[in-house]
Amino acid sequence: MDLFGDYTLRLVALGSAVLGATSGALGSFAYLRRQSLLGDAVSHAALPGIVLAFMLTGSKLPLVLMVGAGLAGWIGTLAVQLVVRRSRVPYDSALGIVLAVFFGIGLVLLTHIQKLPNAAQAGLESFLFGQAASLLRRDVVTMMVLGACAVLILVLVWKEFKLLSFDPDFASSLGLPVRRLDGLLTALLVVAIIIGLQTVGVVLMSAMIVAPAAAARQWSRRLAPMVMIAVAIGVFSGITGSILSSSIPRLPTGPTIVLVLSSIVAVSLFLAPRRGLLWRLLNISALRAAPDLDPVLMHLYALSHQHPDDPEHGHPVAVLRTMSPPDVNVESALEGLADRGLAQQTSDGGWAPTPIGRREALRIHEREAGEEA
Amino acid sequence: MSAELQIVLIAVVTAVASSLPGTYLVLRRTALVSDAISHAILPGIVLAFFLTHDLNSPLLLVAAAVTGVLTVVLIEALLRSRLVPEDASIGLVFPALFSIGVILISRYAGDVHLDTDSVLLGELALAPFDQLVVNGVLLGPRALWTMGAILLLNLVVISLAWKELKLATVDPGLAALLGFSPVAMHYTLMALVSVTAVGAFDAVGSILVVALMIAPPATAYLLVDRFAPMLWVGAATAAVSALLGYALAYALDVSIAGSMAAVCGLAFAAALLLAPRRGLVAQARRRSSQRLEFGVRMLLVHLLHHQETDREAEECKVPSLHRHLKWGEARTRQVVREAEGRELVARTGELLRATADGRRLADVAVVGESHSQDPVSQIPDSGFQNPDQPPGI
Repeated sequence: MDLFGDYTLRLVALGSAVLGATSGALGSFAYLRRQSLLGDAVSHAALPGIVLAFMLTGSKLPLVLMVGAGLAGWIGTLAVQLVVRRSRVPYDSALGIVLAVFFGIGLVLLTHIQKLPNAAQAGLESFLFGQAASLLRRDVVTMMVLGACAVLILVLVWKEFKLLSFDPDFASSLGLPVRRLDGLLTALLVVAIIIGLQTVGVVLMSAMIVAPAAAARQWSRRLAPMVMIAVAIGVFSGITGSILSSSIPRLPTGPTIVLVLSSIVAVSLFLAPRRGLLWRLLNISALRAAPDLDPVLMHLYALSHQHPDDPEHGHPVAVLRTMSPPDVNVESALEGLADRGLAQQTSDGGWAPTPIGRREALRIHEREAGEEA
Repeated sequence: MSAELQIVLIAVVTAVASSLPGTYLVLRRTALVSDAISHAILPGIVLAFFLTHDLNSPLLLVAAAVTGVLTVVLIEALLRSRLVPEDASIGLVFPALFSIGVILISRYAGDVHLDTDSVLLGELALAPFDQLVVNGVLLGPRALWTMGAILLLNLVVISLAWKELKLATVDPGLAALLGFSPVAMHYTLMALVSVTAVGAFDAVGSILVVALMIAPPATAYLLVDRFAPMLWVGAATAAVSALLGYALAYALDVSIAGSMAAVCGLAFAAALLLAPRRGLVAQARRRSSQRLEFGVRMLLVHLLHHQETDREAEECKVPSLHRHLKWGEARTRQVVREAEGRELVARTGELLRATADGRRLADVAVVGESHSQDPVSQIPDSGFQNPDQPPGI
């Protein structure tokens, strides 16, 4: 299979890449604002909108269906907000209710139009599970235009969105219209979701929102790089998933993309520098293995008092070893002290504290005396 | 038993069986675990099917329940790593497992009756065709037996571990302190949710499982304040929603699962609007009566402020009152009518004067409840008749 020869594959890969990019960018914000599962609710809530849009217009143009999906998804988010603000039902229950109830209404409508004599509705079910292979040129063009608009707005309102995500109280104290910004960001998320429905379907869309962001978060602690990494991961998974599913028979595109994404997340969780699990494991064992330098420094300091006129007089390692508990690796502790400039080896092979080391030891001594007092 | 009656029975039993563990999920703020489990059990079912080649094998239920608990373990493990927040860990685990299930089905099981549609959407209308036959005796639809057994299991576990589950749900810290392991309770509950989701997905599809587990308990949460009533009200709501949902589906000839979910949503919306005390209507009513009460008190303060001063004739006349209070005319009329109705003010011609009751209420409004215990009549100059005050309030 080559990406540049096969028209269908090229189209699917392009569509998936657009989807990966927009959901990566907007998903990062959803992820940071603890709204990862909003994607799940919105994608399910979009179903009645799709069917209603078709029922009202009789058209299966992607833009018409996407507008329907977007409106229904947006109403879903409003319903969640209403429930959370005006009742004691918690956020997650509100999401679950909107998800299931809207989807149920969508099913009712879908089964209703399926009973109608004309067969024009065929293909609407592909939104349930996604059917990337059914993507047409006009679908991909619509996806690209909508995605580009969403990302453009994101870039234009970047600073405000950043503030909103990290410190909404500060944002409102600056006089920013927090409620309206929140609505705008949610609306952009809805756009990112409806772009993907036809490709990966209702159920798997939530993974497209969460996974690139979760993986990217492992690799960066700053917002802009995180968003860019998430976009890159989304694009990479979209293209890789499309190629895999077209080269292996009976491998559906949506689930393949999600599995590629999930593998990237797993790798990131384990291997990412600093935050990764493996890194953490190594760090902890390194900390465990590292000798405690302070006691050895204190012994050196105590020994240096034996020679008040020559504090830099060398003391044999053997003496230090007898002063320390048997399990302490005195040599490596001395190396560590030398690395920090706190101790030095004298010409006769002994060890002595440097002036800085003596000052440090005095400081430790005073601190411990203070703690005991 | 007619097919319709069988379907209705299955629906009601499933609804009640789902709403019971759902009550705990709603209170523990882990409602979406039901969504995760009901999707993530797919690969377990598929793998068990590959082993048994029998869609009716009980092993499928066992495998699915194990997968459900495994899903929860995975979510918890992600959460404990403290690398991802809770909602994201749910959103990462179940799509991955669901994808594995879908891929397994489409690659290796393309020719059997096991497709994603039936898992997700369910088809209750087909349930009566699958009858349980033991030794040649027809025992009724298999789904009814399965869900009945699950309902019984839920009831038994909930009544046996009643106070432990309740305590671990309401106050996990205290539960741990008293020596009940909240973790054990958590996994007991998750096992119940898994088993219920597995049994129900076959009958009604995973989306309806989510609807039945979350919406009826949340409806009950709006209506009652105690734990046990919430459980029963939730179960009753679920049962009624299932019945009405079936009737609706029958009348319109549409998806049974879909219309049941829709009716669950309607029930929740009705409770959200109309619940006594907590409903949106009750809230609005309370707000408007508070607004009216505030208006009456401000009117009284205004009247007493100008009563027996030079400007009384101008400030306390009904037609010009709204200008001085800076209110709309409609609101002013409403407030005056309310105050007259409660005999807090008396009208002579166009002039409005506060009565003794009104004077007392105004004093409460300005000085506060605690001071007003002294009868106002003993303090004739309670600050309202000071002619030095500038006019205009």
